[in-house]
Amino acid sequence: MTTGIAFREVRHTYRPPRGKPVLALDGVSLEVKDREFVALLGPSGCGKSTLLYLLGGFIPVESGAIEVHGKTIAGPGPDRGIVFQNFALFPWKTVRQNILYGLEKQGVPKAEREKRAQEFVELVHLKGFEDSYPSQLSGGMKQRVAIARTLAVEPEILLMDEPFGALDAQTRSLMHEELLAIMRRAPKTVVFVTHDVREAVYLADRVAVMSARPGRIKEIVDTKFAKAGSDILTTPEFAQKVEHLWQLVRAEAIRAQEQNA
Amino acid sequence: MSRFLLRIAPLVLLGILWELAPRVGVINPDALPPFSAVAEAWWRLLIGGDLVTNGISSLINLAWGLGLGIVVGIAAGVLMAWYPAVDAAVSPLMKSLYPMPKSALIPVMILWFGLGAGSKIASIFMGCLLPVVLSSYNGARGVEQTLIWSALGLGASRRRVLWEVVVPGALPEIMAGIRNALAISFILLVSSEFLVGNRGLGYLISFLGDGGVYDAMFAGVLTVSAIGFFADRLYLLIMHRALQWRE
Repeated sequence: MTTGIAFREVRHTYRPPRGKPVLALDGVSLEVKDREFVALLGPSGCGKSTLLYLLGGFIPVESGAIEVHGKTIAGPGPDRGIVFQNFALFPWKTVRQNILYGLEKQGVPKAEREKRAQEFVELVHLKGFEDSYPSQLSGGMKQRVAIARTLAVEPEILLMDEPFGALDAQTRSLMHEELLAIMRRAPKTVVFVTHDVREAVYLADRVAVMSARPGRIKEIVDTKFAKAGSDILTTPEFAQKVEHLWQLVRAEAIRAQEQNA
Repeated sequence: MSRFLLRIAPLVLLGILWELAPRVGVINPDALPPFSAVAEAWWRLLIGGDLVTNGISSLINLAWGLGLGIVVGIAAGVLMAWYPAVDAAVSPLMKSLYPMPKSALIPVMILWFGLGAGSKIASIFMGCLLPVVLSSYNGARGVEQTLIWSALGLGASRRRVLWEVVVPGALPEIMAGIRNALAISFILLVSSEFLVGNRGLGYLISFLGDGGVYDAMFAGVLTVSAIGFFADRLYLLIMHRALQWRE
């Protein structure tokens, strides 16, 4: 029985408009179970975001295959919602209009979509900001709108591309807790790209460490221990996992730096 | 208030100089009639109906030429940015047209579209097209990839994304391009009406000039300048309204 997401021997070559093609991903295989939270952790340039865009269907898979519930993906679909680091909100739309956009595309009847948009506004604590434009919001608020917009169409799978990377440290840790709270209420399969080791350990059930370019899965570390809120941050177990992953990532980060030198 | 005075002072000063210079004989009154004479001539042209009929005729041509330039320009620029094939086919044409002074096309347009409104509309259209195409193209190319992907991921078709994401995303640049086109349209309107025809503000100016009625000719020039100025102000107002979300 095939459930969840399966990457099978995915290779990807990046072809810049000028210059030589670069092998970005070299035979990535990974399975993500339903309702599992997997973090892709690796140094910058290792192809972790590319892997996410391939899963999103935004870039065509040239070699290997990506399956969702046993079906090879073909292009983007509302079953896989994505959240980007730069928020990617429609700046000419208000908070409410941004959240409504996907619901309109899904053909949700008007009364129903107004109701649902309001629910998601409240879910991400933005009541009172429905008619604000993104330019009037802080970074954390923008990302909450983006999360609400993505969740509103009820995707089974949530793709997150360093979603909190542009936020300050305090906002980031508040967003971590909010995300976990939302996931507890309505669990989803999550693939979360990050280069932040602590973030990966704190949020994910499993962390897949990627090698420097060309990206491969170097090791998969189980990080599913009692996630009872921010208390775990001070436990020895948490520190151990962070240390172990940090050692793995460190080696790859050094390699990545040497490549760019 | 004092800022307003400061801004208006040079204009008032210019008006006073304009009034005095011909009267005291610093400037030949035939070359530059005193401001009061021009104002009087303007009033005569207004109540005589010449200003209104020719003004309306000019504005209709302007609206057609500019309107067509905006519609075709946005469509061409956005489609070039969205479809590489359209880009490959159209962009050499655009690039070769770019350095050409558009007023040089007026005689060609007269040859093709005749002495009437057609050649004026075509000249204005040609002049307005490129700034709109270029700004639409650059604007559409500059729309962030993640915005397009977000819309696709939420279930929008590629065609929908073009109209619902690429065009609004390019709007700030498109609107700046249209402002340039608006300024160019006035230049081409007046110069094409100078050349041939029997109506329009450009025609009125050259007719009065040829007849030696210089105070009325200056009144015509002032009218065109004022219409151009207010059209730009009105456009800026519309632009700020439309782009309110940017603040």
